[in-house]
Amino acid sequence: CCCCNEVGCKPGADGDDSLYPIAVLIDELRNEDVQLRLNSIKKLSTIALALGVERTRTELLPFLTDTIYDEDEVLLALAEQLGNFTMLVGGPEYVHCLLPPLESLATVEETVVRDKAVESLRKISQEHSPVDLEVHFEPLVKRLASGDWFTSRTSACGLFSVCYPRVSSTVKAEIRQHFRTLCSDDTPMVRRAAASKLGEFAKVLELDYVKSDIISLFTALASDEQDSVRLLAVEACVSIATLLPQEDLESLVMPTLRQAAEDKSWRVRYMVADKFSETFVSLQISLCFNCIHSVLTIWLSDLCLLCPVSEQELVSDTNQHVKSALASVIMGLSTILGKDNTIEHLLPLFLAQLKDECPEVRLNIISNLDCVNEVIGIRQLSQSLLPAIVELAEDAKWRVRLAIIEYMPLLAGQLGVEFFDEKLNTLCMAWLIDHVYAIREAATCNLMKLVEKFGAEWAQNTIVPKVLGMANDPNYLHRMTTLFCINALSEACGQDITTKQMLPVVLKMSNDQVANVRFNVAKSLQKIGPVLDSNALQTEVKPVLEKLATDTDMDVKYFAQEAISDANVEQRLVQQAAFIFPADQTCCSLAGSQDRSEQRNTVVSITACNLMNSRIACTNPSQTVSFPNFFQPDLHAPVHSLFSAATQIEFDQTNE
Amino acid sequence: MSAISASEKVDGFTRKSMRKAQKQRKSQGSSQYRTQSAPVELSPLPQLKDAPSTEQQELFTQKLQQCCMLFDFLDSVMDLKSKEIKRATLNELVDYVSTNRGVLVESTYPEITNMICTNIFRTLPPSDNPDFDPEEDEPTLEASWPHIQLVYEFLLRFLENPDFQPSIAKRHIDQKFVLQLLELFDSEDPRERDFLKTILHRIYGKFLGLRAFIRKQINNIFLRFIYETEHFNGVAELLEILGSIINGFALPLKAEHKQFLMKVLIPLHTAKGLALFHAQAYCVVQFLEKDPTLTEPVIRGLLKFWPKTCSQKEVMFLGEIEEILDVIEPTQFKKIQEPLFKQISKCVANPHFQVAERALYFWNNEYILSLIEENIDKVLPIMFGSLYRISKEHWNPTIVALVYNVLKTLMEMNCTLFDELTSSYKAERQREKKKEQERDELWKKLDELRLSSAALVQNNSHGLPSVQNNNNNNNNNNSSNNNDNQDTRAEAAAVPTDNKVPDAGVAASESTPCAK
Repeated sequence: CCCCNEVGCKPGADGDDSLYPIAVLIDELRNEDVQLRLNSIKKLSTIALALGVERTRTELLPFLTDTIYDEDEVLLALAEQLGNFTMLVGGPEYVHCLLPPLESLATVEETVVRDKAVESLRKISQEHSPVDLEVHFEPLVKRLASGDWFTSRTSACGLFSVCYPRVSSTVKAEIRQHFRTLCSDDTPMVRRAAASKLGEFAKVLELDYVKSDIISLFTALASDEQDSVRLLAVEACVSIATLLPQEDLESLVMPTLRQAAEDKSWRVRYMVADKFSETFVSLQISLCFNCIHSVLTIWLSDLCLLCPVSEQELVSDTNQHVKSALASVIMGLSTILGKDNTIEHLLPLFLAQLKDECPEVRLNIISNLDCVNEVIGIRQLSQSLLPAIVELAEDAKWRVRLAIIEYMPLLAGQLGVEFFDEKLNTLCMAWLIDHVYAIREAATCNLMKLVEKFGAEWAQNTIVPKVLGMANDPNYLHRMTTLFCINALSEACGQDITTKQMLPVVLKMSNDQVANVRFNVAKSLQKIGPVLDSNALQTEVKPVLEKLATDTDMDVKYFAQEAISDANVEQRLVQQAAFIFPADQTCCSLAGSQDRSEQRNTVVSITACNLMNSRIACTNPSQTVSFPNFFQPDLHAPVHSLFSAATQIEFDQTNE
Repeated sequence: MSAISASEKVDGFTRKSMRKAQKQRKSQGSSQYRTQSAPVELSPLPQLKDAPSTEQQELFTQKLQQCCMLFDFLDSVMDLKSKEIKRATLNELVDYVSTNRGVLVESTYPEITNMICTNIFRTLPPSDNPDFDPEEDEPTLEASWPHIQLVYEFLLRFLENPDFQPSIAKRHIDQKFVLQLLELFDSEDPRERDFLKTILHRIYGKFLGLRAFIRKQINNIFLRFIYETEHFNGVAELLEILGSIINGFALPLKAEHKQFLMKVLIPLHTAKGLALFHAQAYCVVQFLEKDPTLTEPVIRGLLKFWPKTCSQKEVMFLGEIEEILDVIEPTQFKKIQEPLFKQISKCVANPHFQVAERALYFWNNEYILSLIEENIDKVLPIMFGSLYRISKEHWNPTIVALVYNVLKTLMEMNCTLFDELTSSYKAERQREKKKEQERDELWKKLDELRLSSAALVQNNSHGLPSVQNNNNNNNNNNSSNNNDNQDTRAEAAAVPTDNKVPDAGVAASESTPCAK
């Protein structure tokens, strides 16, 4: 790729070489301070660009390969960078230069680094020509696969599938052999890695080899001595099942799957349950019915609590995990089985599960309601649904509460506004004073989505008064929640409600005795500013912000000043833009864009552009920069530089 | 939620432990009961001691078989009578193997191990509490402990019986047995782990053929813990076993053992729950006492994994370093003093006073003091900058007082060097600042180059997607730079002790425009 050569070598070609001696750059990569070293590594592409492709290959990469003993954080960044380096070393033709450093990174101890290195290797493998793949890449995979320490063998597992399809048949045979060896590796870590890549590898293999090789590996791994290996083999079952013709499934896959469904370890049974619908979606319906009867009955022992008739309460905690996995699976089955079957066979199960003692089971049912809704409509369930929702809403585990909040907008939409007001509204308000921040935050977000669904008028009548009432709560966390709600709701509620009802409360809270509340007032004002009319902005907001800017607390001051300068810049630029380009269509439509940030960027760019033009016009009128060409290619990227250019010019002009 | 009174949350937050306490406690059963059909009612057999000696063997076997029946302990009223019979029988069996001689004939071995395997080997149930914090939460106890405890007790007595013959037992107590035993170390019940620890230790002692296998499997458990799951309840117990094993290693150390130290024991320090098993980390010191040449790689390893954000762990690391320094040889000290004291000087300057304090306590250690004195020309220049700065800036008066003492001690060690460093301190700071400025300049130039080449690319109709992408990122970085600056300012305001000196040079250069 010649253009890249040109660009990369530019400084060298200009004779400006001395500006970027490699020693200086390498010093940066070796800085004693980890943070600085990390920053440098993250900008490695800049360094490579400065060096040009030639020196990147001959000097930078050898350095990186030799000095791989660093903090894992740095190595992680390096592994990531190298995956995007193809152009910087001179394009696909030279991409193999990146292999040595990535090979070392693929052998380090830390999992995240190794995984990232493998990810990068997989990425650049696609950029290798078939010849390079055999000459450079495949030998690397082999070296890793026969490495001494388990880490390199683990990494190798992830690389087989990317090179297999593109190499000659002799090499293919070798790769299959290597994979087989790793599947029976001495260490469980490697067997786990191999098992987790089994499905992926099966997909790139020829069907005959799937039948001969993969099935035997699958069977072996599925009966490994460690349950952590067995359960990964079960996972691979999904992709293997899709590859095989129907008639072979029963003999090749089902025995192992049945065995896994009865495994003595709950983890393996869990995985089978978890992958249940996925596996069976890939099988055909006819077979599916057979399996449901044969396999599902096995789990009915796990599921005995699900059947209302069974009064056994012998179920231990273990089974709850299997059960909750199954709960989510059963919901998925409804789409496969169709309406009649669902009502007949599955509905009783749903209803029973909604009363299950384990919150995860109930949650899984509720979170998969959309499947049922598609098939039979949610109304059928609403009577049983409500008690379950109420109980989950108050569950002791906050993650459970969080999950149910996330389903509120969906439920609200399906159950309608009346049902919601009557039964669920109080719950939504109660979450606002939860003791976990994540819940309060999600509750605010939930309110916003509800307002988007039910409209501003509904908000004004039901939500806003309660939210604003919390502004007088003795607990400052609740008072802050009022502010967060206002931030979230202002846009959805519109200018009228925001200015008339919310703004007075926010302004009043600027006198709060807790500093956290006060600086959040400043932040809120900044946030809702765009929604307010300019009159309120000038006469009410500004004075309060100015007062806050003289607050005794450092943070309050800071955020107040932030808000003031934000308001100022925006106001001035909007005025200028309107003044300068009154007739420009693009400008006006962008400036009127709904997206605030885009709008603001546009305005900044326009101003900058204009200022530059006027400056250029002074010296050479023919060189005027035309607005659309100037920043059309990328609206966002040049804004920063334009803006600093603009301020500089502005500064120059005042000096002149 | 509502049960928490207002007085408990004066600060707006409720204590984690309080909320936890409200949750109902519940013990946990294992998953094994599912696989079995409902237990048959047991009928009591005659006492072993009452049986004629010719029938004792037969009765013993019968009792062992009887004890293979498993019960559900989550239902406390179920099969009460049978449970009691099994408990009494197990008690009798424990008594029988620990007091009698000549009862362990070859034919009983399979029956004994079968009874043990049936009872104790099970897939551990998933944790009741997915975010189980071993430091704060009560562990969930094994429900069937009344029986399992006796089975463990029996296993232990069996192994300790003077008639016990490893050569016969090794057919039953094999690799598979050990593997299952090791998996049980993940039990949340500390009573169970304690038994397992003693039992595994006995097995390690009696079965020479299993030793290498046990070590390897423990390695695998640790590696899985470090790099895959970050969860295993029995790390401390396994380390304790290793602690006693290491003592017996022959010199020179085998490569396998060194590899264990460097690739397992040191990375184990990265674990989140280090506090739970740090006391057992004396393994490291034991290694160093055996082979002092390992000191350098060990300390470099610890420095590599030095905690960045967790002050509590940092204090533990400092403790461990002190333990190592206590046994270090002066020649080894020389090899690592530079990187080590660079870290210590950072710790001393840590805004968290416990970290700073722990590091400063090194100067109360006579042996460490003597090492420092010997190498004062190397140590003092490294330490001086931080010490001098904190003596003026640290928010905590105790730390400042400690620093003054340390400075005084160091000054007494080499007065001339100390004076030199004092007078060159300002110049040194300025040089650092200048270097920082130069770095900024360099990066700015590099970024400009990137911008201009990106512009070139944009003009070309066939652009380079990857470079362009990076360029966009870079610009985003740039535009967020200002924010970053403000953030640091806000941070500096929040933690007035840190970064007090505003970097005027950087700020100024930052605001100069980059347009040509």
